[in-house]
Amino acid sequence: MTITFYVSRDAAALAVDADGVAATIAGQACARKADVQTVRNGSRGLLWLEPLVEVQTDAGRIAYGPVQAEDVPSLFDAGFLHGGAHALRLGITEEIPEFERQQRLSFARCGLGDPLAPVPWLGLKTALEIPPEAIVQEVLESGLRGRGGAAFPAGIKWRTVAQTASAQKYVVCNADEGDSGTFADRMLIEGDPYLLIEGMAIAALAVGASKGFVYIRSEYPHAIATFEAALRAAREAGVLGASMLGSGIAFDIEARVGGGSYVCGEETAMLESLEGKRGIVRAKPPLPAVQGLFGQPTVINNVLTFAAVPTILEKGAEFYKDFGTGRSRGTLPFQLAGNIKRGGLFELPFGLSLRELVFDIGGGTASGRPVKAIQVGGPLGAYVPESQWDLPLDYDAYTAKGLVLGHGGIVVHDDTADMAQLARFAMEFCAIESCGKCTPCRIGSTRGVEVIDRIVLNHNRPQQVRLLRDLCDTMLAGSLCAMGGMTPYPVLSALDHYPQDFGLVDDTAEAA
Amino acid sequence: MTAAATASPYDPRVVERVIAERRHLDGALMPILHGVQDALGWVPADAVPRIAEALNLSRAEVHGVISYYHHFRESPSKGPVLQVCRAEACRSVGGEALLAQAQAAGGCSVEPVYCLGLCAMSPAVMLQGQPHARMTPARLADLLSDVAGI
Repeated sequence: MTITFYVSRDAAALAVDADGVAATIAGQACARKADVQTVRNGSRGLLWLEPLVEVQTDAGRIAYGPVQAEDVPSLFDAGFLHGGAHALRLGITEEIPEFERQQRLSFARCGLGDPLAPVPWLGLKTALEIPPEAIVQEVLESGLRGRGGAAFPAGIKWRTVAQTASAQKYVVCNADEGDSGTFADRMLIEGDPYLLIEGMAIAALAVGASKGFVYIRSEYPHAIATFEAALRAAREAGVLGASMLGSGIAFDIEARVGGGSYVCGEETAMLESLEGKRGIVRAKPPLPAVQGLFGQPTVINNVLTFAAVPTILEKGAEFYKDFGTGRSRGTLPFQLAGNIKRGGLFELPFGLSLRELVFDIGGGTASGRPVKAIQVGGPLGAYVPESQWDLPLDYDAYTAKGLVLGHGGIVVHDDTADMAQLARFAMEFCAIESCGKCTPCRIGSTRGVEVIDRIVLNHNRPQQVRLLRDLCDTMLAGSLCAMGGMTPYPVLSALDHYPQDFGLVDDTAEAA
Repeated sequence: MTAAATASPYDPRVVERVIAERRHLDGALMPILHGVQDALGWVPADAVPRIAEALNLSRAEVHGVISYYHHFRESPSKGPVLQVCRAEACRSVGGEALLAQAQAAGGCSVEPVYCLGLCAMSPAVMLQGQPHARMTPARLADLLSDVAGI
């Protein structure tokens, strides 16, 4: 009987030689005359265990990891084909504690098999049976909020587009996942691209759009290739094209590649880029829902927002709403990154604390040193000090404390981190990536780098600290978009909670 | 990539082919620029008037887009492209030291990049489009010597 192995084809697995592992398994099997096949699946998200090798047995899929090519002969010697004991054996994949405690809705299929294997399209089929208003209503009732960072209710956005009359409407997916510490969009596109296609198709039905675009960053060549292949397969299967699943309703999607500009993750800059222009932020209003791509009503959502939609249609708003806390309903694929022992993607309902996530699941730092700061929400998110690690991870609880959940990226730093240098980097990054349209962001970021340098060098430190706070205030209040408007979050949180790194003692910072 | 390695001259028919294939797209400029760079390794200056003419844009508009995006190259890269991540997750585990090491080693066109989406296995680099994660100074040295051997 043929034994089936699973070795991920996710870019993260490839980056630690999953291809070499798969090739060695094939070579060893051939030499030992074993009948095996290897499925290149998406990632399970247990990235500290990559390359993760799973073998199908009667008891279930047994995982081994992290496996290097040179481990493979000893694995075969240990009875690898039937899940035999070995130092790298982890047991049944679904029973690995960090996997078992997750509640995977959007990532339920990711990592199970070949990302391009056929899927049942149950959410889309449900959507095709009900009127567009009912789709919008279902998404509204689910409480789904935009997963890109702004957390705007998806149903309200969809309703606005649905109610705006136009001969041409668009559905645009923002897959310009530029935040450091985030990779959920990439993993979903590489591991279950049909789920994104399905979510976008449902959105198109809801609002009456016939054309969709997915804007994927150029730093993700593997995601681009997988998504292009998925689009071709979906067209061949009659899901996309002139008649979605035989409904007579036309919808198709094009993948578009970004240009390495972080600010193009801002929705209006992304629209400009899709139109073939420099990625310069637009002033709002008009909202993209009313006047978006090529001036037409446009639904813009993040990959994870669209990926949540098929579950909502298939299982109902009530089912989805049952997960989560407060006004943050459903699940969020949290991404643990940076200096972390067990890094990866963990889909969980809103409401657990950062402490649980980073220590219970993540196991603390990779270096084994104490955690000093945790940046939540990407490069524009605040550094969260220990006093706030017990807050529930929920959009509103975070906002109330001047923090942001963003796209669910969590970057851990140990006690060797220099928070003044990280604050300086936040300003430097803003200077590099600013689109240049508004002055607070374009000029403020460069001045910010200079001021932080003077603080560190103690050139009139108390006055420069006041100047930095004043500058941050201008950027917060005066920038056109989140690039300049949120760069002060990491800067001020570093200054407020780690004043000693700026050469200040606590009282001086408060006095300033 | 061979075209990039041998620098100009390039085959202008490549530009014409990409324009012909993609000019009908909505917002065709980015797809055309990507097509040209994917084929040649860079976007030659004398492709700009051709692209501008095909899309009914000014040369300034096309040049403005090329120069705005970090991804597009206006000259061929000097050797294989090594992108080293400089963002927060990689910084938390020594990414900056790897950048310095790569720059000192030479042999590659070393470029900063702000996140490769491999943040749970930082630090990360991408060599000629191939990702490498959990980098250490020793692994980077191996990678750089492999490149030098090519």
